[in-house]
Amino acid sequence: MTKGILNKINLMWVAIIVVLYLLLSYMMAAGIINSYYKITLFNMCINIMLAVSLNLVIGICGQFSLGHAGFMCIGAYSAGIITKMMPNYAGLILGILVGFVISTIAALIVSIPTLRLKGDYLAIATLGFSEIIRILVQNMKITNGAAGLSGIPALTTWPLLMLGVVLTIVICSNFTRSAPGRACIAVREDEIAAEAMGINTTKYKVIAFVIGALLASAAGALFACNFYVIKPTQFTFNKSIDILVMVVFGGMGSMTSSVLAAIAIGLLNMVLQNFTDARMIIYGAILVIMMIFKPQGLFGDREISLSKIVDKAKAKKEAN
Amino acid sequence: MKGNMWKVLAAGTMALTMLAGCSSSSTGKEETGKKLNEGDTVKIGLNFELSGDVSSYGQAERNAAQLAIEQYNERSDTKFKAEGVEVDDKGDAAESTTQAIKLIEEDGVAAIVGPATSGASIATYEVATQNNTPVISPSATQVNAMMNGETPYEYAWRVCFEDSYQGAAMAIYSADTLKCKKAAIINETSDYGQGLANQFETTFKEHGGEVVAHEQYNAGDTDFASMLTKIKDSGFDVLYIAGYYSEAGLIIKQAREDGIDCPIVGADGFESEKLVQLAGKENLNEVWYTTAYTTVNASDELNAFIDAYTKKYDQAPNMFSALAYDATNLVLDQLEATGATGEELNEAIKKANFEGITGSFTFDEKTHTPVKSVMVVNQVDGVQTEATEVKVD
Repeated sequence: MTKGILNKINLMWVAIIVVLYLLLSYMMAAGIINSYYKITLFNMCINIMLAVSLNLVIGICGQFSLGHAGFMCIGAYSAGIITKMMPNYAGLILGILVGFVISTIAALIVSIPTLRLKGDYLAIATLGFSEIIRILVQNMKITNGAAGLSGIPALTTWPLLMLGVVLTIVICSNFTRSAPGRACIAVREDEIAAEAMGINTTKYKVIAFVIGALLASAAGALFACNFYVIKPTQFTFNKSIDILVMVVFGGMGSMTSSVLAAIAIGLLNMVLQNFTDARMIIYGAILVIMMIFKPQGLFGDREISLSKIVDKAKAKKEAN
Repeated sequence: MKGNMWKVLAAGTMALTMLAGCSSSSTGKEETGKKLNEGDTVKIGLNFELSGDVSSYGQAERNAAQLAIEQYNERSDTKFKAEGVEVDDKGDAAESTTQAIKLIEEDGVAAIVGPATSGASIATYEVATQNNTPVISPSATQVNAMMNGETPYEYAWRVCFEDSYQGAAMAIYSADTLKCKKAAIINETSDYGQGLANQFETTFKEHGGEVVAHEQYNAGDTDFASMLTKIKDSGFDVLYIAGYYSEAGLIIKQAREDGIDCPIVGADGFESEKLVQLAGKENLNEVWYTTAYTTVNASDELNAFIDAYTKKYDQAPNMFSALAYDATNLVLDQLEATGATGEELNEAIKKANFEGITGSFTFDEKTHTPVKSVMVVNQVDGVQTEATEVKVD
């Protein structure tokens, strides 16, 4: 059943993705999804990429990182600066690649020393890192300082975003099921036991952290080319917390949860926009109530797995 | 498994790129505005920072804009009814773009007033211009905020002057009225501080002065003693502080205690009752700053606005509310005059000769920024007693 790339399960996933993509494309073309819903949808897709990649670091590997906004900032500015010089897709791809290089270097610098330690060190180090990135961007000439970049070409399109989301989910879920991924889960469950089993804990933690950083940087690049303006104040500590909220709200350790939580929070934000003054209060209250009654998150660590559904259906058929 | 992953990726990528061709081109909005019928309700978008760090500006502006709309509806000689649709952009540029799209698409507003800050405002100009909906920013003072490269965004306007304009006004006032020859400049290392300081320096030199010392500080600094000692012996006869009241108040206090008794001048960042608390009453003499709004020698219209605002919201208006009031009235006046939205409304705004509570102005077509005079106000024991108009040429 799971042998070979063109097995039933994979084909079913591809079919679902294609149908979803065509359906949404049709709705956009037909005007059922107007520009406002479209930009909200785009924003949700970017948030899905951010939440899933952070989930890899926090939920799968168990390392508490507060630096996701920093990596997003690197990606956003790399793409912003380069696409302003080359306003075409080559520029965007180059921007994403430059973002990859810078965020890999930055992620290695932060993670190699701190991931050797246990506990909250990583949270504090990544928090500091993300602030350093922001202050650097705020004081550099090429990033146009505190005023930020404006007039970035709008290159982020729906197929591109869908591709980004699908790739992010495929990379993260396949990584989780690979040997290094299982090593990461072992580290999350019990670091000492994992080490005793011969797992090089630092190595796997660094791998997960760097993958998370790269995906966040790609999300940042798409973000910059979706909204004409980027400013250093958009990538503060608060942005990291926003992403963290999505991960925790959905349930740590499950990719499905992060995707659904990013969608749910996007919708919540849209609905609450009608209550301008009370909005943040309602939003806060929902989060508090949620955490009291469902501390494991909306969906816990469950995943939507097609193979399980298919197996169940088969079992039912046979029973009949 | 590793091989499989790449195959899945490749298959997915191929499937998507093949389909990418299928998606039809986006639905561009073709209409360039419509005529209104008498008695129609016109929606006006109010896109402000109602939550977040700068919500105090956003709320003050929202209040004033709603007041202007309410007053318009109370008048009996108007052709239309106006309705304000509020949205909150959280002080975030991305949210501001999203909300501007919502106002245009969902609510079908004729024009948008706001946001208060430059970053959030700039984020709306592209979508506004694409959709032929004018945006009026009450207080986006950043240098070149309206510019999309060499030309301004066609549908973006502001009713405040630019940071550099204030710097120039104060340089002219210092050189010509205060008769100062040598200036020392202290500025904050922000866009605001640097924009002001650079323009002050340029204009001051053009008017025969020279700059003998230039220092910078970061927002949040509290000790300026070493900086002041350093510049003290440079022989300046005017000190220009380009920053906000929170640091400027402390600089003034420390400078006066240090025996620096020459005139101290600044910009609208000084505009706060906190300035007196920080600097101390006795130190606020021989201090001047530029502003768009003062209650000294207020016109009848301004007094009427202050009364109405205070009555409705139980607090005094500030510069931000006054600018938002003007911005909203500018839109309402042009709607009333043209009875149309879109291109025609935008043309009317471009040609407007507007008389507001922060002064009368016309727009400079090259920068979409008003040509209006700057007020210079003085301080006598921490109280404004005089206001002088300065024109920048």
